[in-house]
Amino acid sequence: MIENRRWLDFLTHAILILGVAIVAFPVWVALVASTHPAGTFATGHMPLLPGGAAWENYSTVLGSGMRGAGSEPLWRMLVNSAVMAVLITVGKIAISLTSAYAIVWFRFPLRVVCFWLIFITLMLPVEVRILPTFKVVADFGLLNSWVGLTLPLIASATATFLFRQFFMTVPEELVEAARIDGAGPMKFFRDILLPLSRTNIAALSVILFIYGWVQYLWPTLVTTDPKFYTIVMGIKRMVAVAEADPQWNFVMAAVVLAMLPPVLVVIFMQRLFVKGLIETEK
Amino acid sequence: MQTKRTIFPNKGLPWLLIGPQMIVTAVFFLWPSAQAIWTSFRREDPFGLNTTFVGLSNYARLFESGEWLEAAGRTAVFAVSVTALSMLAALTLALAANRVLRGSRIYTTLLVWPYAVAPVVAGVLWWFLFNPTIGILPLALSALGIDWNHRINGDQAMILIVIAAAWKQVSYDFLFFLAALQSVPKSLIEAAAIDGAGPFRRMRDIVLPLISPTTFFLLIVNINYAMFDTFAIIDATTSGGPAGATNILVYKVYADGFLGLNLGSSSAQSVVLMLIVVALTFVQFRYVERKVQY
Repeated sequence: MIENRRWLDFLTHAILILGVAIVAFPVWVALVASTHPAGTFATGHMPLLPGGAAWENYSTVLGSGMRGAGSEPLWRMLVNSAVMAVLITVGKIAISLTSAYAIVWFRFPLRVVCFWLIFITLMLPVEVRILPTFKVVADFGLLNSWVGLTLPLIASATATFLFRQFFMTVPEELVEAARIDGAGPMKFFRDILLPLSRTNIAALSVILFIYGWVQYLWPTLVTTDPKFYTIVMGIKRMVAVAEADPQWNFVMAAVVLAMLPPVLVVIFMQRLFVKGLIETEK
Repeated sequence: MQTKRTIFPNKGLPWLLIGPQMIVTAVFFLWPSAQAIWTSFRREDPFGLNTTFVGLSNYARLFESGEWLEAAGRTAVFAVSVTALSMLAALTLALAANRVLRGSRIYTTLLVWPYAVAPVVAGVLWWFLFNPTIGILPLALSALGIDWNHRINGDQAMILIVIAAAWKQVSYDFLFFLAALQSVPKSLIEAAAIDGAGPFRRMRDIVLPLISPTTFFLLIVNINYAMFDTFAIIDATTSGGPAGATNILVYKVYADGFLGLNLGSSSAQSVVLMLIVVALTFVQFRYVERKVQY
């Protein structure tokens, strides 16, 4: 630092600690609530320190689900969420890689038109055109299926742009050398381009996994069969039940479980996460 | 469009490569959007058997109805509040994190994770905190003489969703502000310090102007977020109530279409929202282009 100002150092840390505390407060309360027996909440006073029923609460929601919510056990919803998030991530990356490859290294009629059509999807969030999209999926008979759950979310303008941007920086000589050595387009793609894109793919995967995990409206509409419920939409159902029959310990245990996987991904892959976030938005 | 010099001569292969993306885009994006536009010009008869072409009448009704205009005004209040609250908090934290010598990484880790929290979960967390029967905050507020019940009081319901939405967005804004602050040249700050400018003067006259492109970018992204990505937060906390006090445009499209089954009106609303997104995206890209050339 340029000059030494003790009071400013103090202020800086005070602001940061306060910020961290405010950001963490709701989660702390949820954590605490998930460790108390249901009876604690009957008094009308929320405890602020952890109780002793954590094991019971978590094993109940994971093993058998919440009573009255007509819900599946939570481990199943967690698996569903993971499957959906992974399918969306892999699907998005696969079709974005190949289409960016086609746009950068091939000439074909309507190339520019295709590029702009992909671009337009950037502007149409699913919430905005929810009814007609739902109708298309219903007409195809894809309600209550993994295809219906993931395929409509797979088209990705941002991923395509990111890969296109990256491919543009690949030196011409690399392609020339590959062609002289007799490598065809698929061999070049598999043996040179994919290894080069590794970091970008990893960074993007972190962002897309989170994107897939937190989906709410689409799974809510497309699935009516509990077999396909994801944890994020399951929570909404549990809350609705808890209004009448308060089982806050179970609801908050579910909340904690729903947060855990993506939050851990962000914390342990922070470098990739920051890279992915900042690059996809450029 | 910028292209490569060396290309592969194949004719069929590029179609195979770009095909999957184009099919998904056409089936799940372009076709439904075209449908929305088409339906927005038509009206269903009361039995839902036939539709007739009614021109712009769905739009005219939309703009004449006080309900939609009220929702639009509400959306503006909501978007501005969320944007202001999250950006101010994020900027303050980023300035502080940029200043600390040790522990900056730990603070960053502790501040960014809410990005990974699902909006609906963020909604449930704050809804639990503010729950009138069991929540902690209403208890604390009643000590201050404030009677909190967002199930009855529309303004309080709005405050609830603003806080929940802003809480989730702070981490995103923080990361971008921090990246911008770290790219401000140290030499400029040092030169100003030698000229006798104190920390606040330096912040006002050097740092803030230099990060203004990021600020503008975040402004657009935040408005976009508040208008379109907060659906789940509202659905989890207030469901648009009480008495429509938190019924913002994107929620209204869903409520009118799926719950009210008013297809013509819902489609017209969809089209208007699409136009807003297009406008926002256009502004954003104009700015990005300028930055690149600059």
